[in-house]
Amino acid sequence: MMTDARGKPDGITPSQTVGPFFAYALTPGGRYAFEVLAGDDLTVPGVAGEAVQVSGRVLDGEGKPVADAFLEIWQADGAGRYPDGSGPGNTGFRGFGRAETRDEGRFAFRTVKPGPVAGPDGSAQAPHICIGLFARGVLRRLYTRIYFPEDAQAHGKDPVLALVPADRRGTLIARTAGPGAYTFDIVLNGADETVFFEA
Amino acid sequence: MALIYPVRSLAAHPPYLAPDYVSTRLRSPSRPLVIVPHTLSELSGPAFGHDAVRENHMDLTVQHAGEPLGERIIVTGRVTDEDGRPIPDTLIEIWQANAAGRYVHVSDQHPAPLDPNFTGAGRCVTGPDGSYRFVTIKPGAYPWRNHHNAWRPAHIHLSLFGPSFLTRLVTQMYFPGDPLLAIDPIYQSIPDERARQRLISSFDIDTTMPEWALGYRFDIVLRGRNETPWEDPHDD
Ligand SMILES: [Fe+2]
Repeated sequence: MMTDARGKPDGITPSQTVGPFFAYALTPGGRYAFEVLAGDDLTVPGVAGEAVQVSGRVLDGEGKPVADAFLEIWQADGAGRYPDGSGPGNTGFRGFGRAETRDEGRFAFRTVKPGPVAGPDGSAQAPHICIGLFARGVLRRLYTRIYFPEDAQAHGKDPVLALVPADRRGTLIARTAGPGAYTFDIVLNGADETVFFEA
Repeated sequence: MALIYPVRSLAAHPPYLAPDYVSTRLRSPSRPLVIVPHTLSELSGPAFGHDAVRENHMDLTVQHAGEPLGERIIVTGRVTDEDGRPIPDTLIEIWQANAAGRYVHVSDQHPAPLDPNFTGAGRCVTGPDGSYRFVTIKPGAYPWRNHHNAWRPAHIHLSLFGPSFLTRLVTQMYFPGDPLLAIDPIYQSIPDERARQRLISSFDIDTTMPEWALGYRFDIVLRGRNETPWEDPHDD
């Protein structure tokens, strides 16, 4: 490892694209023999929160489906608790899932609707799911968030949404698609581009 | 002291738009990223421990009935944060082409042979000192359709979690002396020469096992460092 005079590393390891051929290792479910680390169903018996389905499409700058991406989600349970690997907290809920996009760029997760979680300086964040998106042509994870349409009041006080230009906030709000079902499309580039974060 | 994640460190990464890598043109944000504070959502993250890993996951040469073809290699190194502190108990996933440059993925069209004794997927968890070790086969270079006569340098894909959502990293490890690195738009998408160098493993005779396998070292540095009071906080 290259280090400076104080023995510190030269810097972080840079990112590279996941490429098109990750599925047999990262999202093998159903198609390849390798054990699944994390799949698209986060629900576990007894988890706090309302079971929901979140599905959508990933589209490129010409509106064409991106059928070789995968999404990772990270979220709190229905009581706003992130798993910390210890304690009775939330009954084995891992808060983490992976789903690849398939035909038409579609993905789907089964999970629970997260509760509100703490924000900076005593503020509260509206219920949200963090998304990391990886794909061929994406050199570094794209980070966005899903918020829920019924929480409009909490959105007004959310410290992260407050940083997003008002005319683009809508790209972060899922649409209701029936009881317990939401849709959330992710547009990587272009006029309807989803808001992505740097953190 | 609390671990902080300087945004400045992110300059090591490639930009989202790297036009020579053609697929980035329609898959990269055109609007500025929105810079957000590090809240509980970003500072927490999934934990995967030893229960996620089977015994043969770290040795990609023993996952089938016979031995795969190609040059057997050992890839080992340490995972640390930006201050050089080890990151123990963190999951590493790898995947790669076989010795002929062919992936088992159903969409790989490269007319090179599959190897019935090689899948190319592995996992391990770092030890108390942040160390990891894989046994595998040296992957072959392979062609892709980015431009005329485009070939990817030999590489192993790696995926790491680290302690939080912010430390997540997917990258590729390359091999020393590969002439394709100089003309690879994915590798060259990293603007800083020193940062590019950090993706090249080094041949290591001490890791090499006599009459068995060549050894390569590849250390990985994830985001995160201690707050250092002598640095201007506005710097970060
Ligand atoms: Fe590759």
